[in-house]
Parts: sequence; C-alpha cells; structure tokens
Amino acid sequence: MQSKPIVLTILDIVSIIVLGIAAYLAIFFAPTEAVMGDVQRVFYFHIGTAWVGLVGFVLSAGAGIAYLVTKDMKWDRFEVAAVEVSTMFFFITIVLGSIWARPAWNTWWTWDPRLTTAAVTELIYIAYFMLRQGIEDPDKRARFGAVYALLGGLSAPITFMVIRLFRTIHPVVIGSQSAAAQGGFSMTPDMRTAFFFALFAFTVVFVDLMWHRVRLGGLQEKVEQLKLNVSM
Amino acid sequence: MESIPDTSGYMIAGYVITFITMGLYILSVYLRNKNLNQDLDTLKSLEAEQTKKK
Repeated sequence: MQSKPIVLTILDIVSIIVLGIAAYLAIFFAPTEAVMGDVQRVFYFHIGTAWVGLVGFVLSAGAGIAYLVTKDMKWDRFEVAAVEVSTMFFFITIVLGSIWARPAWNTWWTWDPRLTTAAVTELIYIAYFMLRQGIEDPDKRARFGAVYALLGGLSAPITFMVIRLFRTIHPVVIGSQSAAAQGGFSMTPDMRTAFFFALFAFTVVFVDLMWHRVRLGGLQEKVEQLKLNVSM
Repeated sequence: MESIPDTSGYMIAGYVITFITMGLYILSVYLRNKNLNQDLDTLKSLEAEQTKKK
C-alpha cells in the first residue's frame, strides 16, 4: 500500500472545509437575487466548476506538449488526471447551467453558442478516454493522448471567449455582454465574496483531486509494469 | 412591488447533483486505488514465487 503524504491529508481536510464554507456563502450568506430568486445561487458553483474545468483542459494541453517534448510518462499521468478531473467538473457546470436555465430562460437547453461549445468540449474529452481505451501500447497511448489533449485544449479558450465574441443569450457577469443576453445581474459586495470564495474553494479541491488522480496513475503504471514482469 | 419567485427547488437540485457527482468521482478514485493496491500485492507475491523457483 502506497503511503499517503501528510500534506495531501491536510489538503483533503482543507478541501472539505473550504468547500463547506463556499456552500454556506452561496446558499446562506449571499443575498437572494430579486428577479431569479434562489436558483441564482447555483451561479457560484457553476462558475467555480467551469473555472477549474477549463483551466484543467488547458493544463492537460500543456502536459501534452511537455510529454511530446520530454517523453516522460509523468506528463502523461498529469495529462490524464487533468482531463479526468476537469471533465467531471465541467459536467457539473453544464448540469448547473441547465438547472439555472429552466426558470431563467424557460428551457432546460438551447443551442446557443456558449451551450453548444460547452457541450462539444465535454464530448471531446469523453472521446479522449475512448481513444486511450482503444490503444494497448503505453507509449503509443501517451503519444496519441498528448496530441489529442493538445488539439482538444483549443476548445477551452473558445468556450470561454464565445460569449464575448458572438451574439448569445448567455449572460457575462464579468465584462460586457451581448445585447441578447438574458438572466444577467450585477453583483453586490456579498455576492462577490461568495463568488470569489467559490473560485478559491474549487481551485483547492481541484488541486487535491488532481494530486490523488496523479498518484492513482502512478499506481496503475506500477501494476502494468509488474504484470509484464510476471508474464515474462 | 413584485415578489421574488420561489426557485429554491432548482437550487436544491443543483447543489444535490453537484455533491453527488463529486462524491461518486471520489468513490471511483478510492475504489480504483483499492483494487490496484490489491493487484499490486498479488503481483508482488507472484513475482517473489517466480524468483524463488528460478
């Protein structure tokens, strides 16, 4: 059994605490938005998960480049971890967005540029795992995965920028939004506190989960290597 | 003055889904870790047996 570093145990505890505080600030501390009511409170976690999701996709592209340059498997482990954790967070982003959209836009889903690019991004990264599953050779799998993550990484800035470049009904909370945007609001100081704390909390949770997932990748590699030794 | 609409059900659903998804992911990492550690122990003992035979 691998021994767990003490710093990781501390990070686990800190993650639970900050996530609890973020939930408290979002649900009880931030004021109720006058037009949308309580459903607006999902916004804090919607943005928090989107932030770590998109950052993780960009990091996976960076890890892909690092692997292609160095051929060091540690970058492959990092890349897989970033994609897996970010795909999970981005799934939450999309679900929360859909839940918010029902009362705000009167629909669960619409093929708006932001929603479309977000859905495409999520599907790109689900396909990443399908690609990896289909390749037996670890070096080939890492190489193909790195190129895929590098190309897939382009979808993250596109998803982020699309509401700032195209006419869309998705609101922009920070920055100027499209005239067609529906459901936008201006943040009060208390809302800002909840918002920035949620960003911080999800960053901590992301680092924690990434660390666990990278360790899991290391263990997987060890088992694969031992299997080869035993079968020889 | 217009009253604030009651959309608390949506909010609760959102937070419940968030925590369930994160919980399931953490559970999957934990289970994979546990299974890999079991595999590792088995493979190590197999390897030790093979070395003894040689």
